[in-house]
Amino acid sequence: ERKKEKKREKIKEKRKRGKKKKKEIKTKKEKKEKEKRKKKKEKVKQKRKKKRKKKEKEKRKRKKRIRLHTNLVEDILKKYRRKILFTNNYFWTLPVDFHLGTEMMVWFLFFLFCDSFQKWMKFQRDFENFKTACIPWEMKIKEIESHFGSSVASYFIFLRWMYGINMILFGLTCGLVMVPEALMGKPYGSLPRKTVPRAEEATAMNFATLWDFSGFAQYSVLFYGYYNNQRTIGWLKFRMPLSYFLVGVGSIGYSFMIVIRTMAKNANDDGGGDDTSFNFSWKMFTSWDYLIGNPETADNKFASITTSFKEAIVEEQESRKEENIHLTRFLRVLANFLALCTLAGSGYLIFFVVRRSQKFALEGLENYGWWERNEVNTVMSLLGMFCPTLFDVISSLENYHPRIALRWQLGRIFALFLGNLYTFIIALMDEINLKLEEEKIVKYNMTIWEASLYNGTIPENSTAPPIQVDPADVPRGPCWETMVGQEFVRLTVSDMMTTYITILIGDFLRAVFVRFFNYCWCWDLEYGFPSYSEFDISGNVLGLIFNQGMIWMGSFYAPCLPAINVFRLHTSMYLQCWAVMCCNVPQERVFKASRSNNFYMAMLLFILFLSTLPAVYTIVSIPPSFDCGPFSGKTRMFEVISETLEHDFPSWFGKVFGYATNPGLVLPFILLMVLSIYYLNATSKSYKEANLELKKKLQSVRIENY
Amino acid sequence: MGNKQTIFTDEQLDAYQDCTFFTRKEILRLHGRYYEMAPNVVPMDYTKDPDVKLPMQLIINMPELKENPFKERIVESFSEDGEGSLSFNDFVDMFSVLSEMAPRELKAIYAFKIYDFNTDNFICKADLEKTLNKLTREELTAEEITLVCEKVIEEADMDGDGKLGFADFENMISKAPDFLSTFHIRI
Repeated sequence: ERKKEKKREKIKEKRKRGKKKKKEIKTKKEKKEKEKRKKKKEKVKQKRKKKRKKKEKEKRKRKKRIRLHTNLVEDILKKYRRKILFTNNYFWTLPVDFHLGTEMMVWFLFFLFCDSFQKWMKFQRDFENFKTACIPWEMKIKEIESHFGSSVASYFIFLRWMYGINMILFGLTCGLVMVPEALMGKPYGSLPRKTVPRAEEATAMNFATLWDFSGFAQYSVLFYGYYNNQRTIGWLKFRMPLSYFLVGVGSIGYSFMIVIRTMAKNANDDGGGDDTSFNFSWKMFTSWDYLIGNPETADNKFASITTSFKEAIVEEQESRKEENIHLTRFLRVLANFLALCTLAGSGYLIFFVVRRSQKFALEGLENYGWWERNEVNTVMSLLGMFCPTLFDVISSLENYHPRIALRWQLGRIFALFLGNLYTFIIALMDEINLKLEEEKIVKYNMTIWEASLYNGTIPENSTAPPIQVDPADVPRGPCWETMVGQEFVRLTVSDMMTTYITILIGDFLRAVFVRFFNYCWCWDLEYGFPSYSEFDISGNVLGLIFNQGMIWMGSFYAPCLPAINVFRLHTSMYLQCWAVMCCNVPQERVFKASRSNNFYMAMLLFILFLSTLPAVYTIVSIPPSFDCGPFSGKTRMFEVISETLEHDFPSWFGKVFGYATNPGLVLPFILLMVLSIYYLNATSKSYKEANLELKKKLQSVRIENY
Repeated sequence: MGNKQTIFTDEQLDAYQDCTFFTRKEILRLHGRYYEMAPNVVPMDYTKDPDVKLPMQLIINMPELKENPFKERIVESFSEDGEGSLSFNDFVDMFSVLSEMAPRELKAIYAFKIYDFNTDNFICKADLEKTLNKLTREELTAEEITLVCEKVIEEADMDGDGKLGFADFENMISKAPDFLSTFHIRI
């Protein structure tokens, strides 16, 4: 029994020990857990401390930055202002006009105490980088500049600028006129105006007809006649006629705005006017063109600088010599007379040729070959090729200073092209009148035709269900607007072809001939006749300006014209860049580009003004065709505006507009504008006079001190 | 924006864009040009602002400057030590002033420095003669040279000291129509 008791005691002790151990283990676990919790708490506390420290650091940094900013920002602002003012020296302007200078001032104050100030600066800088990266052909132009100097490169910069304007015009016409009609208007074949007439169907797909822009090309969104006169089209309720009208007016307005803006910019850069008081100083310090990197051009430049100094010295020494005034005057009068004769002759030739083509048109163009059909265009292009050289020869009689001679030359070629263009337009007007007459006859015939459809089955003066006629069979009015558009497109295309062929034959083949036949020819071809050609800057610039004038005139009637012009300028840039580098030599007298740029702009402005006149005349005074175009059915094209005012705007708007267009209000407004122009002119004259007087005073003071 | 370059830190690039008229791409391109003139001397990594200068001989052989009669003077006026060795900062500075975007006043300051051969802050008759000889490759006779230099001083010298100070030069050059377009190097 004692053994059992002892065993029981031992077991009890063991249990007690076991319990103690468990308790120990428990307490140990608890301790561990407590320790873990403590560690976690400590960690959390440390983290919080770190965060607090970071925040304090950032606060300190911000304060530092603000202090730095207030010191540095002034410097940065100055530099940015300078940079921004002169970043727009490029001719290329994007439609987004980002006036960084004024924006900076406003946002600077706002973001100064924000952290995002730096981010904003970075965004602006990135945007500037993006903008400069978008400018095309920069490397090409730089190459040309280094070989040929700044004058030839100025033509390509001008070309690039024109390309920009045409891209915008293309965007307007394509996006707001052609694409909506293509997407939302009635499809081809649904209306008579949208279908090729039965008679022409056979030849509609031929390449010759398409090249001539008739056939399927004529009955498409490319020309005026395709557009329907429905007031709204599609689910968007897009107002097609209104959009067509506004795009036409808007593109002219935009072109005016941008040309004048560029002119104003150039005038500021000019450095103020006709100053000959620093002739020699300028020759000494500004004649070397730092852009020249080619040894050949450098040689030419050295030679031209030397000759220009010698010329100036000779002029200075002989400035008191009296020349034979009477002989030079007589020669100049003779030269002007000859030039006038040439101009009159060319004008008459165009007129005669246009009359002949009218005769051909009356008798049906199908009876005549290619020459008769394209007579007008080819004659105009040929005149454009040969008359300038004739004027060059005549100008050698005049013995002017080269710059003045160049201006006369430009003026005469300008008059030549103008005269040609206007005779062309007058011929077009004749054609339009003919078509209008024809239209009346067609209208009369339509009623007879419609009656013949019903074939006497239904008595007159009662309504009848319209008979389904295939649109191709409906007799058509002569759509004079499409005809006008076609003429302009054909002229542009033929001009383009002529330019390319002239470059290929006149420059490339000539260069090939001179290069390879030089070995087996009696005289040195490279130095004597014909030698390599020089790049004709003025001729090319004038060609570009007149081409643009035609685009402005014709784009109302042929929305595809800006697209064709964009294509033409794009290819022209590549072709001419290649031709210049490959076939041309730098000019002997490297022509300075800076001042004449405004001369070209002035001519462009003049051409723009002249181009808008015919378009405005036709819009305002000629009734649109009755069966084609977005204005068919109206008595005048601009009635679409009054129609929009009636339907789409509240009534009081129409009243206000009516009052505003009252002649009683418009005439005083015009009078006010004329008076303000007169006043501004007078003040600018007085400023110029004051300027001159100050200069004289300066000179007299200088002489006194000397 | 994803194009990682390790030549400059972002702050350096920003600083360059602030102080010059160049964009980020152009600065990187300039560094490429600077590097290819002396690949064994110029480091590709500019993050530590290394003190590397290229001698004048290398720089005046650049295609943009090779044909310029004033190339030595240009490089000398932009170098800090006046001897013609350019660090990268001077290099960028030079092309920034000569770029299209620099304003007229800034260009006038440096043009004055360039044409002042004896660095006495005046363009005297000797400086003018040197300029003329460089421009015409010494094709004019001595009388013609004296005539031209006299005419220049007569035209531009306002304070009557017989040489052109900076004020005279600036006054004359600010009216020049061709100055901005000729005093321009594209790189």
